[in-house]
Amino acid sequence: MADSEATLTAHEPELKHHFDDSAQQLESSTLGMWVFLVTEVMFFGGMFGAYTVYRNLYRNAFASTSHFMNVIIGAVNTGVLICSSFTMVLAVRSAQLGQKKALVAFLILTLILGCVFLSLKYVEYHEKWVDHHIPGPGFQYADPRYFHQAQILFLLYFAMTGMHAIHMIVGAGLLTTLIVMAARDRFSATWHTPVEMIGLYWHFVDIVWIFLFPLLYLIGHTQ
Amino acid sequence: MSPTLPFASTEARTNYLNADYGWKSWLFTTDHKRIALLYLFSITVFFFVGGLFAVGMRLNLLTPQGLFSHDTYNKLFTMHGIIMVFFFLVPSIPATLGNFLVPMMIGARDLAFPRINLLSWYIYIVGGIFALTAVVQGGVDTGWTFYAPFSSTYSNTHVILAALGVFVSGFSSILTGLNFIVTIHKMRAPGMTWSRLPLFVWGHYATSLIQVLGTPVIAITLVLLGLERLLHAGIFDPTLGGDPVLFQHLFWFYSHPAVYIMILPGMAVISEIVACFSRKAIFGYSFVAFSSIAIAVLGFLVWGHHLFVAGQSMYASMAFSFISFLVAVPSAIKVFNWTATMYKGSVSFETPMLYAFGFIGLFTIGGLTGLFLATMAIDVHVTDTYFVIAHFHYVMVGGMVMAYLGGIHFWFPKITGRMYPEGWAKFAALVVFVGFNLTFFPQFILGYQGMPRRYAHYAPEFQVLNVMSTAGASVLAVGYLLPMIYLTWAWRKGPRAPQNPWNAKGLEWSSHPRPRLPTTLNINRW
Amino acid sequence: MNHQVVSVKVYAAVFCALLALTITTVAVSKLDLGEFNFIAAMTIAVIKATLVVMFFMDVRRATSMTKLFVGAGLFWLAILLVFLLSDYLSRGWLPSLRWL
Repeated sequence: MADSEATLTAHEPELKHHFDDSAQQLESSTLGMWVFLVTEVMFFGGMFGAYTVYRNLYRNAFASTSHFMNVIIGAVNTGVLICSSFTMVLAVRSAQLGQKKALVAFLILTLILGCVFLSLKYVEYHEKWVDHHIPGPGFQYADPRYFHQAQILFLLYFAMTGMHAIHMIVGAGLLTTLIVMAARDRFSATWHTPVEMIGLYWHFVDIVWIFLFPLLYLIGHTQ
Repeated sequence: MSPTLPFASTEARTNYLNADYGWKSWLFTTDHKRIALLYLFSITVFFFVGGLFAVGMRLNLLTPQGLFSHDTYNKLFTMHGIIMVFFFLVPSIPATLGNFLVPMMIGARDLAFPRINLLSWYIYIVGGIFALTAVVQGGVDTGWTFYAPFSSTYSNTHVILAALGVFVSGFSSILTGLNFIVTIHKMRAPGMTWSRLPLFVWGHYATSLIQVLGTPVIAITLVLLGLERLLHAGIFDPTLGGDPVLFQHLFWFYSHPAVYIMILPGMAVISEIVACFSRKAIFGYSFVAFSSIAIAVLGFLVWGHHLFVAGQSMYASMAFSFISFLVAVPSAIKVFNWTATMYKGSVSFETPMLYAFGFIGLFTIGGLTGLFLATMAIDVHVTDTYFVIAHFHYVMVGGMVMAYLGGIHFWFPKITGRMYPEGWAKFAALVVFVGFNLTFFPQFILGYQGMPRRYAHYAPEFQVLNVMSTAGASVLAVGYLLPMIYLTWAWRKGPRAPQNPWNAKGLEWSSHPRPRLPTTLNINRW
Repeated sequence: MNHQVVSVKVYAAVFCALLALTITTVAVSKLDLGEFNFIAAMTIAVIKATLVVMFFMDVRRATSMTKLFVGAGLFWLAILLVFLLSDYLSRGWLPSLRWL
C-alpha cells in the first residue's frame, strides 16, 4: 500500500462518503480505470482479430493495398502521439507536485498534439476519399484482381483507425474538461485523480496506435 | 445465531424507500438499493415483453401450418431471443440482487462508483428503447444471433436499430461488471477476507470478469455488422470475398461466455439458499468459490462449439469440444457441493428452497444435455433442432429464472420489509415447475426426432408434442403471473417481516429490514 | 499510488527511446526481410508498448493487482487471437466430413 504525506480528511469534498479514506478512493479509481482499459483492449482486439484473419487469407491483396498507405503521415502521427504521451505524463507529474501553471500548460500541449494528430488523419482520409478507397458504393480499386479483397481490407483500415480517432476525439474532450478544471484550481497535490485517470486513458490510446501503425502501414510492403 | 431486532415500528423509521420521495429522488439516486429497484422494475417489463413474443411463437406452433407468416414468425423468435437474452437474462440477478446485496454482504456503504451505477441503468434503458423501437417499427428477423450475411446483406428489417440496442445495453453490462470488480476488491470491510466472502459475492465477481472481458467483443462485432450493412464492403459476405464464419467466431466469443454471465449469478443465489435452508454451511466452500472462477475462465475457451457445422476446421472443433467437456466439471462440482450441503442438513421447504431444488434438478438436465451437444458426433444430428432449444431453456429458464425467483423470494423481506404469502408462493413454484417441464421436455424429443428450430411450419408428425409444449407454456405463464400479483400485493400489504425471517447467516441480514439510505449494518458478527 | 514523483529525466529518456524505436521500425520496414519484417515490427511495437505501460502508466511501481489486470487483459486478447486463428490456419489439415 502506498504512503502519502498529505491525505484527504473526511471533511474534504473530494472524499466521497462511501469511501473510508483517500487511499482507498484513489486505488478504486485506478483499478476502475484499468478494468475499463482492459475492456478497450478487448474492444479493439476484435478488429485486430478480423484484420489478422483477412491479412492471412488475402496476402497478395494486402501487399497491394499497403502501397496506398501514407507511411509518412503515419510515421509523423506516431511521433506526434508519442510526444503527446510525454506531455501528458509531464502534466500528471505537475499535478502530483501541485504545479498548476505547468499542469495547464502540459495539458494544453497534449491537446494541441492530439488535434495535430486528428488533422493529419483528416488529410489522410481525404486522400483516401479522393482515391475512391472508401468502402461503399463509390469504391474503386486499380487492380481488378483484388477489388473485393481490397474493399474488405480498407473497411478494416477505416474501422480500426476510425475507432482510434473516435477515442482520440473523446480524449480531446476529456483533456478540455481537465484544462478547465485545472485552470479553476480544482486540482492539488493531494487530489488530482482525474488527471491521472485520463492520463492512463491517453496512454492507452497511444498504445493502440503503436500497434496500428506497423500493422497497417509498415508490413506488407515487401511481400 | 444472529441477534434479531424487534420489528415493531419500522414504519416511522427512515429507510431507503421513504428517505426521500418524488420521481427525482428515484431517477437521480445514487443509492445502490434504489438503483437495484429501478432495474427490478425495468427488467420485469422486459421479461413480459419477451414472454409475449414467446406466447406468439407457441400459439403459432399449435398447428403444423401455423398461424403467422414465415416472416412474422422469424420476427417473433428473433425479438424473443434479443429481449430475453440481452435485456432480461444478462442483467437480471446482477443488476437487481447483486446491486442490492453485494455492498451489504461485504460491509460496504455502497458500490465503488455509485454514479456509474446509475449511468449503467440509464444506458440499459436507452438500449432497451432502441430495441423496443425496432420492435415497434416492425421487428427484426435475423435471429438473436444476427448471423451474416443474412443480417448484413439480405434482411429487410431494422437490424441496425436492434443491434444498436444490444450494443448500448452491452455498455450497461460492462459498467456493472466494472463496478462490482472494483467494489469487491477495494471496498470490503476490515476482516472481510476473500475466503470469508459469501458465495453470492464470488459468483458475482466471476460474472463481472466475464462481463468486462467478453462484452466489448460483441460490441465491436455489431459495429462491424452495422458498417457492413451500410457499406457492403464484404467483410462477412462470401459473394464479396468475406467470411460469414468470422462473424460467428466474433459473435460467439462473447455470446458463449454470456451464458455464464447469465447462470453464474443464479448459481450464486442457489449457494446462499441451499446453505440457509439446510441449516448448514455450504459444503466445500473453496471448491464452490473457485468453480465460479473456473467457469468464467474456461467459458472463454469453448465458443467454437457453436460452429461445429459452420465450416470450422476439424482440429479447432475437436479442441473446442474437448474444452467444452472440461467446462462442465466446475458446474458439476457445484451441484455435488449443494447436494452434499443438504446431506445430513436440516432441510426445510420454504419457497426459496423449492426454487433451489427446481434449479438443481433442471440445471443438471440442461447441463448434461449440453455435454451431448458438445459431442460433435451427436451435435451433427441435433444442431439447429429443438434439442438445442430445450437444452438452453432448461439451463436458462429451468435454471436461471428459477434461481432469480428463488432469490427474489429469499431476499424479499430484506428488500421490502414485508413477507410474501408463503402458501401462494409455494403453489406458484409448483406451477412453474410443472409448466416448465411440460413446455420444454417435449422439445428434447422433438429435436431428437428431427424438428428444426426457427421454423414457422413443421411436419405433421411433430404436432402432438408441440401442442403439449404450448399447453405447458400456458401453465408456465400462470406460474409467472402469480408472483407478479402476490409480490406486488405483499409489497404494499404484506405482513411486516422480522429482521431475519430465515435465520440466515449472511451479513446482509444484520441490517434492519429495508436498510437505511446509505446502507449501514450492525457489524457485530465477527 | 502516491509514491515519490518520477523525475523528468526518466520520462525524457523513455520519450527518446520511443522516438528512436519509431524511426527504427520505419527504417527496418524499408528492407526486405520476408517474414521477419512482421516479427521485427511486432517486436518493436511490443517494446514501445511496454515502455509506455511500465513508465508512462507507472505499472512498474503499481500494485500486483494492477499488474495482474494488465496481464489478464493481454492474455484474453491472446485467447481471442490464437483460438480465432487456430480455426483458419488448421482448415484443410484434416479432411472435412461429407455432411458439409
